[in-house]
Amino acid sequence: MRLVVDLNRCQGYAQCAFLAPDVFVMHGEEALMYDPGADESQREQITRAAAACPVQAILVDQVDQLEEARAHVR
Amino acid sequence: MSVDGPAATFRRRGRIVVVGASLAGLRAAETLREEGFTGTLTMVGDEPREPYDRPPLSKQVLLGKTPADGTALPRRRAIDAEWRLGVAATGLDLTEKRVRLADGQEVAFDRLLIATGTRARPWPRDAEADLDGVFVLRTSDDAARLDRRLAAGPRRVLVIGAGFTGSEVASACRERGLEVTVAERGPAPLVGALGGVIGAVAAELQREHGVDLRCCITVTALEGDPAGRLRRAHLSDGTALDVDVAVIALGAMRNTEWLAGSGLGAGPRGVACDAGCRAFDVHGIVTDDIFVAGDVARSPHPLFGYQFLSLEHWGNAVAQAEVAAHNMISAGPDRRPHLWVPAFWSAQFGVNIKSVGVPPMGEEIAVTQGSLAGRRFAAAYGFQGRVIAAVTFDHARWIDFYRERIEAAAPFPPDFTGVDRPPEGIRPVSADFPDPALPTHGPTVTLSGYSPSDRRLTFTPARA
Ligand SMILES: Cc1cc2nc3c(=O)[nH]c(=O)nc-3n(C[C@H](O)[C@H](O)[C@H](O)COP(=O)(O)OP(=O)(O)OC[C@H]3O[C@@H](n4cnc5c(N)ncnc54)[C@H](O)[C@@H]3O)c2cc1C
Ligand code: SF4
Repeated sequence: MRLVVDLNRCQGYAQCAFLAPDVFVMHGEEALMYDPGADESQREQITRAAAACPVQAILVDQVDQLEEARAHVR
Repeated sequence: MSVDGPAATFRRRGRIVVVGASLAGLRAAETLREEGFTGTLTMVGDEPREPYDRPPLSKQVLLGKTPADGTALPRRRAIDAEWRLGVAATGLDLTEKRVRLADGQEVAFDRLLIATGTRARPWPRDAEADLDGVFVLRTSDDAARLDRRLAAGPRRVLVIGAGFTGSEVASACRERGLEVTVAERGPAPLVGALGGVIGAVAAELQREHGVDLRCCITVTALEGDPAGRLRRAHLSDGTALDVDVAVIALGAMRNTEWLAGSGLGAGPRGVACDAGCRAFDVHGIVTDDIFVAGDVARSPHPLFGYQFLSLEHWGNAVAQAEVAAHNMISAGPDRRPHLWVPAFWSAQFGVNIKSVGVPPMGEEIAVTQGSLAGRRFAAAYGFQGRVIAAVTFDHARWIDFYRERIEAAAPFPPDFTGVDRPPEGIRPVSADFPDPALPTHGPTVTLSGYSPSDRRLTFTPARA
């Protein structure tokens, strides 16, 4: 599954790193590193992390059918 | 025409073409659909893959934590578009309202969004740029190639240019345990984006992490072996360095060549547009059907003296795309201005760097919280007695506070009685930006004058 964190908004509160430690990791004191293409098995933890983020910086895929994107690649 | 007017008819049945299928293009497309556009939508992108995120390319990907093809952007919603990926737009006919494609086809539109972004500035001498071991970093393919080479354990990596991208590459190399030399023409890393005072902090940070940082130096030549593999770099101080990888991080060039001769105010500085994201033509007249967003755009901002700003910022691409999309399907009075206050982040050497406002406008800088020596601080930039920008190192929670000060044109030197004030008080010093005529690199803000059709921009990197 795909996700992106708006790092302008992120304030390094680390709730996400606590709730989904395999996906979100603090790098140094407050820089957040995350896996933008996390494994599907992480969905539940990621959804929880996204809901808990105090500044709502985590955007998770809202669509799982992306057939249109691949069909027209030449 | 229907009773509810042309705007409503366009929303229902219009044809929109988006050229540039990356961050700005995708977010604009999603916004169009979110706001009720039900006409036809065509996404033209020259990269043969669906939209992906670039910031992780110099961070997670170069650290080997995320594969280069693993940064595809999440979708806010289905956009029901016709995708033309892997084919570049090569021309624009404003009269006939058609985009020409590299495969000879043409796509007609009622409204067009230009979101063609930027590309990496290549090493100026082709034969040297073609050597095996010379890389740039802009696309996912670039990142895949560089990651592979770094994983093979080169003896030494040379990074040319210490803007944000170059500094992040150097940071990733050190974290992988690789020897790295950074060559920067200016007096310090990040100096064009943040000035000399902060540049000095960035320089210390690099050296502490074992980077062989060489400032006020240019690379004059890259030398290959008989098999065409990079083996040595020559520097302007007469020395040479044995390297097997060189990363060219000399900033970005705006993808506007395809608009040459179209009549739009497009050139090396980008495509000029008004605060409503409508492109200007060469006469300085605003068009009504051509919109611009993201790294390729330059637009005037009232908070910053109405100068045209070119922003190479992730956040700007998102915000401007949303405004452009909204305005594309709205009638005059419902349109919104793009008045986003510039902001970006960078992560390097374990430090979270954030900036807000336009630091290069700053005449002076004052540390307002924490201390430079401790590498945890906030500093404000002053311009004509007001706060114009701020930067934080590991102090991100304060960045919104400074954004509000900038929006309110709060006085400089600042009179905050904030938390964590430096014990010696707030003392403004010169922000120490290099001569603005000397171009610098990094995802940041460029003030690009007042003329919507400015084409005079020359840049001559590293001459022998
Ligand atoms: C390595 C790296 C690290 C970054 N890190 C940060 C960061 O930490 N913080 C931050 O704020 N910003 C960062 N950025 C900047 C950020 O990624 C950009 O601001 C953002 O990608 C801009 O999006 P865009 O859609 O406007 O342009 P782009 O992402 O450049 O997309 C433009 C698209 O248009 C395509 N295109 C170009 N010409 C044509 C044509 N003629 N026809 C069809 N398609 C065309 C291009 O191939 C590309 O796919 C980073 C950028 C890079 C490269
Ligand atoms: S929870 Fe939100 S603010 Fe905190 S680190 Fe994660 S993304 Fe950032």
